[in-house]
Amino acid sequence: MLTGKKNHVVPVLAGLGAMLWPGLAAAADGLNSGDTAWILVSTALVLFMTLPGLALFYAGLVRSGAVLSVLMHCFAICCVVSVLWLAVGYSLAFSDGGYANAFIGGLDKAFLAGVTTDSLSGTVPELLFFMFQMTFAIITPALIVGAYPERVKFSAVLFFSAVWLLVVYVPVTHWVWGGGWLAEMGVRDFAGGIVVHVTAGISALVFASMLGSRRGFPDHVRPPHNPGITVTGAAMLWVGWFGFNAGSALAADGNAAMAMLVTHISAATASLAWAAVEWIKFGRPSVIGIVTGMVAGLATITPAAGFVGPVGALIIGLVSGIVCQWMTAWIKHRIKIDDSLDVFAVHGVGGILGTLMVSFLALESFQGLGLAEGMGVGDHLWVQTVGVVSVAAWSAVASFVIIKIASAIFGLRVAEEDEIEGLDITAHGERSYDF
Amino acid sequence: MKMVMAVIKPHKMDAVREALSELAVNGMTATEVKGYGRQRGHTEIYRGAEYTVNFLPKVKVEVAVSDDLVDRVVEAIQEAARTGKIGDGKVFVYDMGKAVRIRTGETGDDAL
Repeated sequence: MLTGKKNHVVPVLAGLGAMLWPGLAAAADGLNSGDTAWILVSTALVLFMTLPGLALFYAGLVRSGAVLSVLMHCFAICCVVSVLWLAVGYSLAFSDGGYANAFIGGLDKAFLAGVTTDSLSGTVPELLFFMFQMTFAIITPALIVGAYPERVKFSAVLFFSAVWLLVVYVPVTHWVWGGGWLAEMGVRDFAGGIVVHVTAGISALVFASMLGSRRGFPDHVRPPHNPGITVTGAAMLWVGWFGFNAGSALAADGNAAMAMLVTHISAATASLAWAAVEWIKFGRPSVIGIVTGMVAGLATITPAAGFVGPVGALIIGLVSGIVCQWMTAWIKHRIKIDDSLDVFAVHGVGGILGTLMVSFLALESFQGLGLAEGMGVGDHLWVQTVGVVSVAAWSAVASFVIIKIASAIFGLRVAEEDEIEGLDITAHGERSYDF
Repeated sequence: MKMVMAVIKPHKMDAVREALSELAVNGMTATEVKGYGRQRGHTEIYRGAEYTVNFLPKVKVEVAVSDDLVDRVVEAIQEAARTGKIGDGKVFVYDMGKAVRIRTGETGDDAL
């Protein structure tokens, strides 16, 4: 789990080792260079998920006049979140909040005050833990980009993402991974089913419904302009997700290996399930379908990755590929909310499914890695449900208020003629394709 | 002189080019275009949502020919571009006022 690990390294013979080989001196302080190397790599992998993975995944799904705007959203969110994470985000998420610690951390580590190259978080440098966590903070608001493309104001995107990071992402991270009230209850969220996918999914749904649909929705919107770009981005997401989930073990060990394995199996199974359902329903399996299934499988295994085994991964993949696909159609055609790139149906629903299923798929009878000590399946299911419901409620309410404020200050939507012309030209003065 | 303009299925372009080469037609211009006729558009399905595509991709071929060749050119295009299924396209012929070869300044049939 992502919570800071206690120092387990016993400094046996460390003094002697340090004399014989100065490099071993670090081991005496609890730093593990194997763990550190893997988390360094994982950090790069998770940033790679957003830039360029998610950005390209989304860019291919929009119309040709809004490609750059989507890339711009992802890129700008990365930059804004990075600065805020350094300023106060990390500290509020992961430092001790004193009397308010159940809900929010403190400001002791604002601007990384007091954190040096020697500071450790578990067996890795705290600076690295900061960076690793920052990449999660970046991708989460970037996921919401899929709710509002082709029609949103850029100023509203920046404002919403910045405030949302501090009001939704940071507190929820503290609740689940920073020693807050959900962590105290024993909630299980290995790599961000609740922290990343439930928060982003629910907020995306709220944003899309407050912003309104794209012009012509649902019958006359433009189809994805370049599925090939989407597949390229999706493939990067799959690779990057190894860092996301296996990196969340915060160690280079068997738990990380199992997390990587189940991540891969879930992605593969969900891809097949999604494509198979399309084949039966529409007569043809689509490329966009198979890669969307992959994202659903990855999002769903995320909370469960370090707790379930291969059989659990197969089940999670199968369920997510079918349920998320059904939800995609349901949200767009029944509820008629233009969550344009299906952030809620794929990420939100996936995150919820995985978070709940881990309650029983962690059982050894499913090849899982076991339940927490003193807790049964029912106890886990209760805690997981409390986690999902409370975080979903907080995400919805906070997002609603932030979007109201953004709407009052900046306005949410561009003018209709700008939407028709395309945000690339009207918001950024550039075009992605010049024929 | 006539301008023969044909809108055909994209995959038939090579067949049309070969058929016209046999008639000693020395040049043509091809453009990727979008349009619809009786075939109307078609629907594409992404993530379970149907999108109506009203304009289908076609290739527009333009050939300038002398009056004595025009009927054979039209016939050759029709034969080469035909699949028998809806959406094969159309051929249009119109009068052409003037032709100039830029390099030499030749005009009329000599410029073709």
